[in-house]
Amino acid sequence: MYRIDFNKLRFLICDDNPHMRRILRTLLHSFGAREVYESEDGATALEMYTHYVPDIVITDWSMPIFDGLELSQMIRQPESKGNPYAPIIMLTGHSEKRRVTVARDAGVTEFLAKPISAKGLYQRILNVVGNPRPFIKTKTYFGPDRRRNTSTAYIGPERRIGGEMEVMQQPSLLDKARTPI
Amino acid sequence: MAREKPAALQIETFADHHVITQPNPLRKVLRRVAEKDLDDPVARAEKALADLSGEFTNWMTIESDRLAAAHAAILKDGFTSVTREELFRAAHDIKGDAATFGFPSAGAAADSLCRIIEHAPNLAKVPAPLIAHHINAIQAIVRERTRLDTVSTANELSRQLRGIADEYLKHANRNRPEHLEAILAPSIVPGD
Repeated sequence: MYRIDFNKLRFLICDDNPHMRRILRTLLHSFGAREVYESEDGATALEMYTHYVPDIVITDWSMPIFDGLELSQMIRQPESKGNPYAPIIMLTGHSEKRRVTVARDAGVTEFLAKPISAKGLYQRILNVVGNPRPFIKTKTYFGPDRRRNTSTAYIGPERRIGGEMEVMQQPSLLDKARTPI
Repeated sequence: MAREKPAALQIETFADHHVITQPNPLRKVLRRVAEKDLDDPVARAEKALADLSGEFTNWMTIESDRLAAAHAAILKDGFTSVTREELFRAAHDIKGDAATFGFPSAGAAADSLCRIIEHAPNLAKVPAPLIAHHINAIQAIVRERTRLDTVSTANELSRQLRGIADEYLKHANRNRPEHLEAILAPSIVPGD
């Protein structure tokens, strides 16, 4: 069984609703996190992202100035001086298929629909810590691999060109830890 | 914390894409514990949330008042980009928060209102009572929650509002297939 040392993680949460920020802060602190930074809009979050270099970003979608989707796109700039690889968990009331796809295409790592639960949040954090996905860079996309698994039943054109090894899997830390030395 | 210099990236180049593997900077925060480890961070967090729950009714009242104020602004100034945005934000926040605060029926009614705002072809042509009933229902659910007989009434109220709103949206979007598809599509978000 594995646990996360939350006291070694730095979080940035971004939500314009003060009540939701309070709930998130309460959950993260009770998981054991000590460093939790908060912003109420995307612009401030981007500044804080550069300044505090968080390990994990948790953001709402709908916010003033610029929203969580734009924040994700700005973080996922491969040529930026900041860290474009930080896991982004989008916590939102949007749950329609179209929205989930748009968030995925903006480089969001995990999607968590409100209402929030301690279990749901913990599992998303455990997933980004223990099972990071490789990043894919194309002309139109930079972000975590959007293919979470290989479907043998897929019928259709191969949309990635370049040979058999289309996806490089980053070994799961959980699997690695289970392997006898 | 992963403060030190990031490890080197491994980049595989293919014809039209690169696969970039970054050694996991967060691996140090993962530790193995015994199976019988009694520390349960999720249970701890749920308890912390329960301890916070004394605030929830007050927070819900604040959210509900904000929604009513947004509606009042629309009644006064009509639908502008500003008034529409504020009504949507207020409803959307309730949609996301209400179940956590112990008002799931208010969240369902707010979800229905969000769908109207997002998918009505012309908000100015939406029957005013349809929006007003959603606002009034949410306020009533919040105000009357302490009465034991209101839970089933609240559920039924939200269910009926959603039904009426969906009928309106299906009719209003009958010539807009992309909206019709979005209205009828189920949520694909995985659960807990």
